[in-house]
Amino acid sequence: MAEKILMKGNEAIAVSAIRNGVDGYFGYPITPQSEVMETLMKEKPWETTGMVVLQAESEVSSINMVYGGASCGKKVMTSSSSPGISLMCEGISYIAGSELPCVIVNVMRGGPGLGTIQPSQSDYTQCVKGGGHGDYHCMVLAPASAQDMYDFVDWGFELAFKYRNPVIVLADGIIGQLMEKVELRPVKPRRTEEEILRVAPWATTGKPAGRERNIITSLSLDSTTQENFNKKLLAKYESIKENEVRFSEYMTDDAEYLFVAFGCSSRICEAATDILRQEGIKAGLLRPITLFPFPEKEIARLAGQVKSIMSIELNLGQMVEDVRLAANGRCPVGFYGRQGGIVFTPEEIAGEFKKFNNLK
Amino acid sequence: MDTLDIKRPENIVYRKPALITDNVMHYCPGCSHGTVHKLIAEVIEEMGIQDKTVGISPVGCSVFAYNYIDIDWQEAAHGRAPALATATKRLCPDKYVFTYQGDGDLASIGTAEIIHACSRGENIVVIFINNGIYGMTGGQMAPTTLLGMKTSTTPYGRDAKLNGFPLKITEMLAALDGTAYITRQSVHTAAAARKAKNAIRKGFEYSHLGIGLSFIEIVSTCNSGWKLSPVEANKWMVENMFAKYPLGDIKDTSIAEKK
Ligand SMILES: Cc1ncc(C[n+]2csc(CCOP(=O)(O)OP(=O)(O)O)c2C)c(N)n1
Ligand code: SF4
Ligand SMILES: [Mg+2]
Repeated sequence: MAEKILMKGNEAIAVSAIRNGVDGYFGYPITPQSEVMETLMKEKPWETTGMVVLQAESEVSSINMVYGGASCGKKVMTSSSSPGISLMCEGISYIAGSELPCVIVNVMRGGPGLGTIQPSQSDYTQCVKGGGHGDYHCMVLAPASAQDMYDFVDWGFELAFKYRNPVIVLADGIIGQLMEKVELRPVKPRRTEEEILRVAPWATTGKPAGRERNIITSLSLDSTTQENFNKKLLAKYESIKENEVRFSEYMTDDAEYLFVAFGCSSRICEAATDILRQEGIKAGLLRPITLFPFPEKEIARLAGQVKSIMSIELNLGQMVEDVRLAANGRCPVGFYGRQGGIVFTPEEIAGEFKKFNNLK
Repeated sequence: MDTLDIKRPENIVYRKPALITDNVMHYCPGCSHGTVHKLIAEVIEEMGIQDKTVGISPVGCSVFAYNYIDIDWQEAAHGRAPALATATKRLCPDKYVFTYQGDGDLASIGTAEIIHACSRGENIVVIFINNGIYGMTGGQMAPTTLLGMKTSTTPYGRDAKLNGFPLKITEMLAALDGTAYITRQSVHTAAAARKAKNAIRKGFEYSHLGIGLSFIEIVSTCNSGWKLSPVEANKWMVENMFAKYPLGDIKDTSIAEKK
């Protein structure tokens, strides 16, 4: 039996980073995710795996440290919460524009502005659609448990290096603070210099005689070059949409009604589905595990099967736009959400569901 | 001596450093950037560290530095080069890591990044090109623009009441414990360029001693931005810039002193 340990989602991120051979973590404290750096500093991985952990002077710096580390072909990551992610958006755009791999964890809190330190899902649009300037996408993974937090670090780096693209783990205050049992997967050592040369031949590892110099840049003043690069990114995003969509379904086989929810909301919707099923209402749930790429084909298929879809989110209605696009008029699409750090209960969702569907 | 004679190996007195590429430089004639590039290339070549050096270029006229020096490069966002360099050096401690930054890049938008890289004592080299102006964007006021100096955003001259005072960031950084070597040089004469090159070499050497950050300011000309000929620009720099930004070493912490 693999070892299981009780820990917070945020701690799982830190433990997973060390056990999965991450080379560097750069961060700046912000609630509700400060435990990530605190755990790393307590564990002192520089004495064991050689992992670098550094508290930067701001999120602007931490993401640019990630930019520099990723340029060297290293597995580097950062974590923050909503206001910090806003500051990182410039750097994320450069990282996407330079086609660099990295993992960024956003443990969302309510906004706008300084907002609240309570959980929220109101950075969906920012993280899934872009956030910084220019035409780009991060791959976005939505964990719903402490185990997901642990597992998505490794999965995130796998995707990031496969596509040379930044990956955002889009969590929320609940998943970050929740204490759950986490299974520790087998340890992966840090990559050796030789392995880095093999997986990242583009990296700034120092130019030996006999190879062209490696230049990490997002700049091209020539319009045709830039357009061709944009088209190359588009082709990459199409390939990601084709190959990397992940979702899970609950009671959808015979469902007449569908919830779509991600992260902590999906767990609450699962309980709401159970309540409705007990009352004889055939509800089901689709949980997108990847938000970019979005499970649009599966939602389109289910939209042809069910009488209606409700998107349930801790925001004013952000993902619902993508659900509507995917359903494309095949069935009505509704929304229910709470904001400001208030979290809905399963009963509340079941009630709103019945209101929307005119059911008793 | 005819042309053929001049080209004979025994008669060569000057050649392009091997690490300067054949790309046509986009710098204006008379601009200091090209000279400083050449000095850096010579230092890397003479130290034999081409395969161990990573340069971080800024946003500014030298954004394309990576086209000219034949080493691995990262192109940073405006002002952020010290953050990239921090991670690069910490993750690859055997590398020589340097940033190359203008005054707008380093002393305005990137103030936080340079101060904290210095304060943490990152073992990197920073080459700071202070030409008192934003060259790349067409000659706007920089934090280092002198009082009374005309730029496109101070068309009547920099007025302290309106625009604040010129920032002597180099002196500020010398006050930080994490800096090992702080110097101010220029490249307007062959003698000055030789001194600047020695300073750059010292910076590179210090960066492998683990004693902190080396910072080499080069008071530079931007003849296009200053709207002066290359010769007049040098003269104006000597008479005006050097008065505010005097040349020479500001701080040199030897290993012995550190210990
Ligand atoms: C975030 C951001 N703001 C503004 C700019 C526009 N910009 C490009 S270069 C530059 C100033 C460069 O001046 P300096 O650093 O002094 O370099 P120089 O060209 O004089 O060598 C500015 C403001 C930018 N590229 N990015
Ligand atoms: S604009 Fe100024 S800094 Fe830029 S290349 Fe020309 S002279 Fe040099
Ligand atoms: Mg300048």
